[in-house]
Amino acid sequence: MSEQAEKKYAAYICTGCGIGDRLDAGELEQTASRDGRMNLVKQHEMLCNRDGVQMIRNDIDKEGVNHAVIIACSRRAKVEAFGFNDIAMTRCNIREGVIWARPDTDEAKETTQEMANDYIRMSCGEIKQMEKPTASGQQSRNPNVLVVGGGITGMTAAIEAAEAGYTVHLVEKSGALGGHAARLHKRVPFKAAPVGTLNSPGANLPMPEDTGIADMIAAVEGNGNIKLYLNSTVTKTSGAPGRFSVDISTESGDTTTENIGSVIQATGFNLYDPGNLPEFSYAGSPDIITNLEMEELANAAGDGPIKRPSDGKEVTSVLFVQDAGQNSTEEGRLPYDSGIGDLVSIKQALYFKHHNGASCDTTICFDNLRTPGAPGEDFYRSGQKNGVIFTKSDVREITPGDAISVKMHDKILDEKVEVKVDLVVLDLGMVPNSGPDPYAANEALESLSDEDKAEELETQAAHAADETSVKVESILNLDYRQGTDLPHLKHGFTDSHFICFPYETRRTGIYAAGPVRRPMDMKQAMDDATGAAMKAIQEIENAAQGRAAHPRVGDLSYPTFRKEGCTQCKRCTVECPFGAIDEDEETYPVYNEARCRRCGTCMGACPVRVISFENYSVNTVGAQIKECEIPEEWDEKPRILVLACENDAYPALDQAAMSGEEISPWARVIPVRCLGSTSLSWVTDALNNGFDGIILMGCKRGDDYQCHFVRGSAMANERMAKVGDTLETLNLEPERVVVHEVAITDIERAPALIKDMEETIEKIGLSPFKF
Amino acid sequence: MSETNKATIEQYRNSFLSEVEANVEEGEWVKMCMQCGVCSGSCPLGKHWAHPPQEIFMMIRAGKRDEVLASDSMWMCTSCYNCVVRCPRQLPITHIMHGLATYAKKLGLVPQNQPTAKFAEIFWNNMMKKGRVNELKLGLSLYFKDGFGAGIKESLRNKDLGMKMMKAKRMAASEFFGGHGVKDIGGVQKMIQKAQEIEDARMKKFD
Repeated sequence: MSEQAEKKYAAYICTGCGIGDRLDAGELEQTASRDGRMNLVKQHEMLCNRDGVQMIRNDIDKEGVNHAVIIACSRRAKVEAFGFNDIAMTRCNIREGVIWARPDTDEAKETTQEMANDYIRMSCGEIKQMEKPTASGQQSRNPNVLVVGGGITGMTAAIEAAEAGYTVHLVEKSGALGGHAARLHKRVPFKAAPVGTLNSPGANLPMPEDTGIADMIAAVEGNGNIKLYLNSTVTKTSGAPGRFSVDISTESGDTTTENIGSVIQATGFNLYDPGNLPEFSYAGSPDIITNLEMEELANAAGDGPIKRPSDGKEVTSVLFVQDAGQNSTEEGRLPYDSGIGDLVSIKQALYFKHHNGASCDTTICFDNLRTPGAPGEDFYRSGQKNGVIFTKSDVREITPGDAISVKMHDKILDEKVEVKVDLVVLDLGMVPNSGPDPYAANEALESLSDEDKAEELETQAAHAADETSVKVESILNLDYRQGTDLPHLKHGFTDSHFICFPYETRRTGIYAAGPVRRPMDMKQAMDDATGAAMKAIQEIENAAQGRAAHPRVGDLSYPTFRKEGCTQCKRCTVECPFGAIDEDEETYPVYNEARCRRCGTCMGACPVRVISFENYSVNTVGAQIKECEIPEEWDEKPRILVLACENDAYPALDQAAMSGEEISPWARVIPVRCLGSTSLSWVTDALNNGFDGIILMGCKRGDDYQCHFVRGSAMANERMAKVGDTLETLNLEPERVVVHEVAITDIERAPALIKDMEETIEKIGLSPFKF
Repeated sequence: MSETNKATIEQYRNSFLSEVEANVEEGEWVKMCMQCGVCSGSCPLGKHWAHPPQEIFMMIRAGKRDEVLASDSMWMCTSCYNCVVRCPRQLPITHIMHGLATYAKKLGLVPQNQPTAKFAEIFWNNMMKKGRVNELKLGLSLYFKDGFGAGIKESLRNKDLGMKMMKAKRMAASEFFGGHGVKDIGGVQKMIQKAQEIEDARMKKFD
C-alpha cells in the first residue's frame, strides 16, 4: 500500500487461558521474531483485557505498527476486543487450535509446542502477504428503497422503510394498490383467543376480521416519503447496492430513471391454474370456483345471503376441496402445499355461517388439516364451534349439474360416498410470481449428455422463436451478466440461504419478501416485509461505507484482478454465485464490489491466479502452507493440511477443542472464507512441500445446501475432482487429498476425519516429497 | 316416534349433528372433536366396539343417523373415564356415549338383546318399584332374562357366591317377598314422572 511507506510487523502473544502454562512462551516469542521475522514481539498475560488491548493500540499509534499477528485464541473469539480495523491483522489460534485440542500430558508436550510454533510461523508468513483493507471508493449513501409490488407485502415494506426515514419508490404493475388482499372479503384473524378462554363449545373464539387493507392503502398514499408508480414496471436495473439505476416505465412507455440504494421484490403470487385439474371440472360449471373467486362471491353478497354464480340461488350447501393440485407427485401439479389453504377455507366456511345462517351446510374435505400461526388452533375450533364439518377425505371426482356431485373417499369411515352440493370451492395453491430463473436453462442441461444437450438447445431455440409459447416476463430486468432476475431456490421461489439468512436472495442488495419467497398468509407477509425493509436499510448503510452487508458484515476487502495476467476466460464471471461480476467489451471482468459477498469463489476459479483480496489471496494462504515446517522423513511426524471453511468447519473444530475432543497433532488447519475460494495451487504447493495428506472441509452442497455462499462448496468439489490428475503426475496416492462436507454441529466428526487421514497415511506411508 | 326414525338424513349435512346437539346429553360437544383418536386408543374395551367414540363422532357429522343410533357401541361403555381424562379437546366422551344410548333407547332403536341395554332396563324397573334396588330380585331377573332353563343354569353357577353373600348378610332370602323400600315410593315415582315430562318437552322433534 502506497500510503504506508514502511511496514512494521508486530506479534502479540497471549499467555492467558492456560497458554502460558502449557506452552513455552519464550520459545513462542523466539519463533515469532526469528522464524517469523517480526519487528516487534510482545507477551501479555491476558491480551484481551483493557490493558492488553491498550498495549497494542499504543504500538499502532506510537510505534507505527501496521501489521499485527494476535497469537491467542480463535479468530471467532474476542472479535470486538481485537477489532483493529486500521491495520492489517490476523489471528493465530493457539488456544482452541492447539492447547485445548491436545491432552496435557508429558508425551504430548513436544508435539503441542511444535504445533504452536508452526501456527505462529504460518501466521507471520500470512501477515506479510496482507494489506489493510480499504473501501473501493465506489461507495455512496443512497437512501432510496425501491419496492416492486404494491400488495400487502410491498405496502408494509414501503411504510416500514418510509417511517424509518428512507425514501421509497413503490412500483405497482396494476392500476391500484392492494394486490390479492384487496380482493378479500375478510382476513384470517391475526390473534389467538385470549389466554384463559375456556375449552368449550360456547367459548368466544376468533372470527374472520376486516382486512384492514383500506387503511393501509391510505397510509401509503398519505406518506410523503413514498413515491407511488401505478401501472408501471421496472424495465431496467443496473449498478449495485448503493448505486442502482432503475428505469420505471408506465404502460405508455414513459420512463423515469431513479437512483436506488436497495431493492425489495414483493411480487407475491398467482393462483395455480385450476384448468390443470380435469377431475374437478372447474371449466364445467360456474358453481365450481377458486378460493379467490369465493372472496368475490362473498363481497358481492353484501349484507344478504351468498348466492351461487350460475342461477343466483341462495347457497344451502358448500363443499371445500382442500389442497387441490397441491402436495402432488404428478407432473404439472404443485409438489408443495401453500400451507394456509385450510385457514382460508375455515374463514370462507364461516362466511356462509354468517351470511346464509347456521343451517347452511359447509363441509371441508381435507387430507392434512394445517392451521399455522398464532390463532390457528383457535380458528379451527372456531370453525368447529360454528358447525363447519371437517372430513378427512380424498375428493376423486366432481361432476357439474344443478346439484354438483362430489365423489370422495372418507378416510376415517373408510368408505366411498357421493355428496350433492350447491357450490364447490377449490383450495388452489400459491405459485410464486418470480421472474425467469437465470440458471434454469443451465441446470436442465447439466444432467444431459452432449448429444441430448445439442438437441435440447435446438428445441429451446425453436420454442423461443414460436411466438405462442408462454414466456415468463422479467420483473427486475437486471442488467447483470448472469441473468435478468433473482435466481430460484425451489419450485420457483426466490431464496438464498433457507437456514441462516431467509431474506437474502442470491443478488446482493435485492431482498425478496412475501409469497414470492415462500407461501405465506397476510400476517406472515407483513412480518416478512418488515424484515426485508430492515435488510434493505442495513444494505444502504453498509454500501454507504463500502462494507459488506452479508454474511461477512463490515468487511471492507473486495476482490481485484491483475489485468496484465488475465486471460479473459470468463470463469470468474460465470462462477460468481451472486452475479457480482460483469464483463466489459473485451470480456475482462468488471467487479461491482457492492454486489460482492467476499467469498472468494472467483479467486478459486481463476486459473491464472490474478484475483485477490487485500487481506486474503492465493499468496496469504500459500505463505501459510510454505511456512509450515515439514519434519524430516525419519522423524515420522506426518503433516496434514486442513483447509476449513471458516463458517462451519472451522467453528466445528473450535467447538471440538472446547468440548475436549482431541485433534491430531499432525494437523495444520487453515481457515478459508469459503471452500469455493480454494485455489488448486494450494493443493499442489502443499503436496510439493511434503504435506502427507490434505483435507478440504466445506459445507453441505446440493439441493439442501448449507454453504453461506450457495455454490462455493459445490464449486470446490467440482474443481477438486480434477486434483486426481495432479496427484498422478506427482506419482502420489489419490487418498492423500479428500473433500468432506462438515456441518457446524459435526463436533465429534470433524476431528475424526483428521484422525482417519492420519490412519490412511500410516497405511500408505509418508509423502516422498520431504526435502 | 316411528316418524322420527324415518327422517331423511342426507350425508355430510348438519341435520343429524343438530339433532344430537339438541337431544343428546352433552351433544353440543360432538362438533368439537378433532378426530385424533386418543379416545379410541384409550378405551379398555375399544376392540369390542363396532365403532369407537372418535368414529361415532365422525359418523354423526357424516349424518349416519340410523347406523349411529342402532349401534351397540355406546352400550359397551363401562364409564372408566379414560377417554375423558385423555381427550385433548376435553370432550365429556363418557357422558356423550351415555347420552347417545339414552336417546337411542328413547327412539326405540336399541339393538335387540343387547345385554347392557337389557341390564339397564332391568335395573331401572327394579329400582322404580320400591325406590331402592332389590339385590336378590335384580340378580334373579338378570339370570332369567334369557328364559327359564338358562336362568336355572346361571343360578346354579352362581349359587356359591349367593350363599356367601347371604352368610355375610349382603343379601337376604326374605327380600324375595316384597323387600324393603323408601318411605314415600309414590312421591319418588311422581318426581321421576315430572322429570320425564320436562325432559320430553325439551326434546326437539326431528321429523
